[in-house]
Amino acid sequence: MSEKRFLMGNEILALAARAAGATGMYGYPITPGSEILLWWAKEAGSEKGKKDGMVFVQAEDEIGASFMLLGAVLSGQKAFTATAGPGNVLMQDAFSMCEAMRLPVVAYINQRGGPSTSTVIYSQSEVNLTAFGGNGNGYRIVYAPSNLQELYDYGIKAFNTAWKYRFPTFLLGDGYQAKMMGEVDIYDPHERGVALVPTEKYLLEEKRDRPIDQVVPTPEVHIRNQDGVEYSCYRNCLNLEEETLQVNMEIKHAWDKVAHEIEEHETYGDPHAEILVVAFGIVGAAAKQAIDQAGGKARLFRPITLRPFPAKALRAASKGAKRIIVAESAIGQLSRLVKEELYGVTDAPMVEYHRPSIGISAEEITRLITELPEV
Amino acid sequence: MSHPSAAQLAFPKCVRVESKPHLFCPGCGHPEVLKAFGFAVDELGIQKRLAFGVDIGCSLLAFDFFNIDTIETHHGRTVPVMVGVKRGNPHAISVAYVGDGGAYAIGMGSLLNAAIRNENVFVIVVNNAVYAMTGGQEAPTTLPGTKTITTPYGADNHYVKGPDLIRHLNPTAWVARGITTRQLELRAYMKEALAFVKENRGFAFLEVLSPCTLNWGTIDKPNETFEILEHKMAKVYTLGRF
Repeated sequence: MSEKRFLMGNEILALAARAAGATGMYGYPITPGSEILLWWAKEAGSEKGKKDGMVFVQAEDEIGASFMLLGAVLSGQKAFTATAGPGNVLMQDAFSMCEAMRLPVVAYINQRGGPSTSTVIYSQSEVNLTAFGGNGNGYRIVYAPSNLQELYDYGIKAFNTAWKYRFPTFLLGDGYQAKMMGEVDIYDPHERGVALVPTEKYLLEEKRDRPIDQVVPTPEVHIRNQDGVEYSCYRNCLNLEEETLQVNMEIKHAWDKVAHEIEEHETYGDPHAEILVVAFGIVGAAAKQAIDQAGGKARLFRPITLRPFPAKALRAASKGAKRIIVAESAIGQLSRLVKEELYGVTDAPMVEYHRPSIGISAEEITRLITELPEV
Repeated sequence: MSHPSAAQLAFPKCVRVESKPHLFCPGCGHPEVLKAFGFAVDELGIQKRLAFGVDIGCSLLAFDFFNIDTIETHHGRTVPVMVGVKRGNPHAISVAYVGDGGAYAIGMGSLLNAAIRNENVFVIVVNNAVYAMTGGQEAPTTLPGTKTITTPYGADNHYVKGPDLIRHLNPTAWVARGITTRQLELRAYMKEALAFVKENRGFAFLEVLSPCTLNWGTIDKPNETFEILEHKMAKVYTLGRF
């Protein structure tokens, strides 16, 4: 049943995971995301939670939490973690392994100040880490919500995407959104016609709908048979360069096939406006207000998936733009992605507004739109 | 202790015959540990319920030893992975197979906390007092004065006694230390520990003293191998239930 509730961002995320059918949460306390843990601790220990088989583990550290999550996913549980900043750094170890084996882990990241411990408050400087962390090639899905309702919507969607496509999937929020309170529509996804993608056991599965080696890169899985029983062995350590080449190319191939289905973006404002603003997350929300304030001079392109990046849509949006403004609470993490996709496509000059680990208001973006000299 | 019969020394049923000869060095203790484990699995009839996690290092080479659902994890991360498997699937019998470096150095935080939380997993630590796969560096279990490639002047006086530590942290856990040269005792330990976790009675921990002939420099000196294992190591690392 759908209901309007006044909630904090982290509570919304906790509810989103529950609504998505998650039964396991493996975490370690870290500001600004800890309320997600608190909610799950309470819910998992309640009568209803126990009946539903909910599991909550407060691990010894983020390394432990992320590898427990990986184990839980191997066992077929719909499970997730939530972290931020230095915790996100530690979890890359497990996320890398998930990338190699195409394990559908879900992590809610609320970016805090960086580098290192820094502040517990806010930044947009975990884009590189979340999208490309680890010693792989960044085959992960990263959603960047821009308001509280999207925390809920994409908090649910992250699980479906992870299990449908079998890539590690992240919801990249930030400390402002995590701690902000507001009204949101909390609903049961089934009532909106959103079917929940079922999980599958990697280990101890008795009957599979499709062979597991169609999902996991071939050199990473060995199937053995004895007395009519199938045993699976998942490999994380390979012997040869040729094997690792094959793993990486199989992951890339799988990614290339589906990336266009996953990409999402939002455009806002007069499509003929000559200034194109690119921003994501909560800065994207501020940019939307700035578009209104600037009275038709600019339009917004907001990537909702930072990975895969909506490249085709951005290139289309760049047509007719005489200036491109990229605004982000980091130094060049978003603008690097934008430049990569626009290389050779547009001659429009790019203004990079980089405010690492501090919020960007609508007024600041409005000034960028209205006060820069005419192109 | 009586000598095992020829039949008892044959392969367990859950062994993956196609993968033999195994991948370990001549004289390595791992196959002995694994054999004892395999017989215990057979005796308890739990092959289909087992999830077997292997660490990075020589323990990794156990990945194709059995017809058992297996996951090669990441160095030091086998315990939390197998905790996750058990938490996610309470029906699973979850086993972590790790070396002394994976357990007591890089993975120590996770190991101790799994014991403190009394997780329903069985952790087997193969203690050969050295980092073997990477070529013979000092381990947390290397005994005082021992020369390794990272202790060219001899190891210092500190080393870790895993079972003592686990017992101290968890009074109800199943804890023991065995040795590869006492195969029937090892098999009995394996069976007890597996039954313990099968019944969800909490944390089970078995350390096994095991030779590394390659890095001990005794690959062609069996007498010396046994001397180090049974006298030097077993003297410091007490055998039995804890």
